[in-house]
Amino acid sequence: MTGELDLLAELLKHSPALIVAIPLLGAFLTPLIGKINDKIRNGFAVFIVALTSFFAFLLANDILSNGSIRTYVFGGGSALTDGGFAVRILFEIDGMNAFMAIIASILALAGVIYSWSFMKENTGLDKYYTLILLMIAGMFGMILTGDMFNFFVFLEITSIAACALIAFRTNQGKAVDAGFKYIVISAIGALFILFAIAILYSQYNALNMAVLAREIQLTFLDKIALALLITGLAMKAGIVPMHMWLPDAYGRAPASVTLLLVGATQASLYGALRMTSTLYGKNIVGVIKHADFNLFSQVVFDITLNGVLGFIVILLAILTIFIGVLMALKETNFKRMIAFAAVAEIGYIILAIGSAFLAVSSIDSVTSSAVLSQPGYMALKGGIFHILNDALDIGLLFLVAGAIYYTTKETSLNKLGGLARNMKYTTIFFLIGLLAVAGMPPLNGFASKILIYESTYQVNPILSIIAILCSILLLAAFVKVFHSAFLGPKQEKFDNVKEAPKSMLVAMGILACIIIFIGLFPEYVLNNIVTPAADALVNFGNYIHAVDSNYVISLIGGF
Amino acid sequence: MIYQIPYIAVVALILIGLYAIIFRRNLIKMVIGITLIESGVNLFLITLAFRKESTAPIYHGTGSRLMSLPVPHALTLTSIVIGVAVTALMLTLVIHIYKHYKTLDARKIGMEGDEE
Repeated sequence: MTGELDLLAELLKHSPALIVAIPLLGAFLTPLIGKINDKIRNGFAVFIVALTSFFAFLLANDILSNGSIRTYVFGGGSALTDGGFAVRILFEIDGMNAFMAIIASILALAGVIYSWSFMKENTGLDKYYTLILLMIAGMFGMILTGDMFNFFVFLEITSIAACALIAFRTNQGKAVDAGFKYIVISAIGALFILFAIAILYSQYNALNMAVLAREIQLTFLDKIALALLITGLAMKAGIVPMHMWLPDAYGRAPASVTLLLVGATQASLYGALRMTSTLYGKNIVGVIKHADFNLFSQVVFDITLNGVLGFIVILLAILTIFIGVLMALKETNFKRMIAFAAVAEIGYIILAIGSAFLAVSSIDSVTSSAVLSQPGYMALKGGIFHILNDALDIGLLFLVAGAIYYTTKETSLNKLGGLARNMKYTTIFFLIGLLAVAGMPPLNGFASKILIYESTYQVNPILSIIAILCSILLLAAFVKVFHSAFLGPKQEKFDNVKEAPKSMLVAMGILACIIIFIGLFPEYVLNNIVTPAADALVNFGNYIHAVDSNYVISLIGGF
Repeated sequence: MIYQIPYIAVVALILIGLYAIIFRRNLIKMVIGITLIESGVNLFLITLAFRKESTAPIYHGTGSRLMSLPVPHALTLTSIVIGVAVTALMLTLVIHIYKHYKTLDARKIGMEGDEE
């Protein structure tokens, strides 16, 4: 019995490294296995991703249930070298990382299962699976790493693999064009991030996020680095005005790739959250938690910075929501239309995060009370919850669009119609995705959007009015799609259309089940997954303490 | 001061690169712009590593014990390798785009109707 426990503990200890190492090794084994047989290769890819997801869930379960932080240092016992240099590569996993790892593993698993049938008619599938696994490895690396430069490297791995996958159908000119747009934007974004890392390194001689968070002074150079980091990550996350690559890339990539791209976008958003609230935590979100504020006066923290940052982020968020929704209303290409909805959903996430910053800035440092900070904390929770829901809802819709493309070879909404007769399950899945994305109760989108509405209402009522209005417009856009693609008169050319193949139905089913589960038990998910993630962001002192045990939590973090 | 010149070069390289990406319509020139930004960032990292009168960070008995920082060198190497991969991928895509559209003008690409 103890032997088994030891094995499990040992696996758990090494799981951060295994989560990245397994898909990375699997990626380069795939072409070799592809020599034997196509089915074995597909099965191998699913097996690799399932194994990775198993470790991700194992790790996430441990982190979320114990509220602990795990560090994994490569090539050394302690995160700091003897001279105190923080340059060792390490993975650091707290609640937020665990939360993102859960999202990434759900998306990766659904994407690979979906690929089995979806990509059957394409050639060059050995390379396809290699790239998919590389992208998954990069995504997990971005999520788990605790080192700035390592973050940059994984970001580049993800974007190189993603770009090759977007342009996978090189016989379509538009797919290649979308891939080029994507690589240009992500290369510039990544170089901005590298420049910011260089600026931070030049001042603090550290690449480790926790050590940087401890040292950061918010000098003028730090502010430049913050701006560069946020710009770079916003480019990758598709926030207006850097959103133009997103509809092209999402729309042109094969649907299974789009699902993973959603994951990569969320990982960039996670990066932005980690940079603002942990790296610059001392100066930004440190106080949004409802709790003991006795120590408040001892903390140097920049209210103006929070205000300015919150204002800019909210402005971008409103623009993102507006442009996404309006473009979605007028778009006639199925996948591009969903892609614009995805832009709008990202807007909701950053609206919540911006509100959290702004709520902090409105706290009066003299009369600071727990009541005032509540909206900020709630907004942060809503935003984080919405990352999960957005990934699931938009992902499911893209898979449905892919299934329709697979069976009808048609993407224009004007030419589709009456598909509900032939594709029962797909129709049901689309209906679930549609209602979830528009925030209808009792599905998951409602659970997170209500948190966002409530908290933004307390920050500024106009924000929540805009948010609700755009949500209704989004519903209108999707009802139009539902009507034109699934309802309507029977069309002769679609008489022979059959239901999507099993593996695609399974992938859609997985996402739909999780959506319904979250919709029915939002409290359970909120308490067990989302709140630990939000707490991890707010109590950034714990993050520093996990690397540098001499760091005193009570003074700065851990409110 | 002569030690400031690299920083000026960094800023100049990055700005020229950004200019090329934003205002040039030729895809090859956009790729060149990205490599220029990359060179700027790499030069910045190398400049950070340098200390006045320092030698390469290799122990060799006598001489000055003052060495330049090895970490930014390692970062630059990694960044160069990644940069090569990105540039190669971008040029591959440019070749494909040229095959499809017979032009490298960014304004004329991807504008055809939505019929597939």
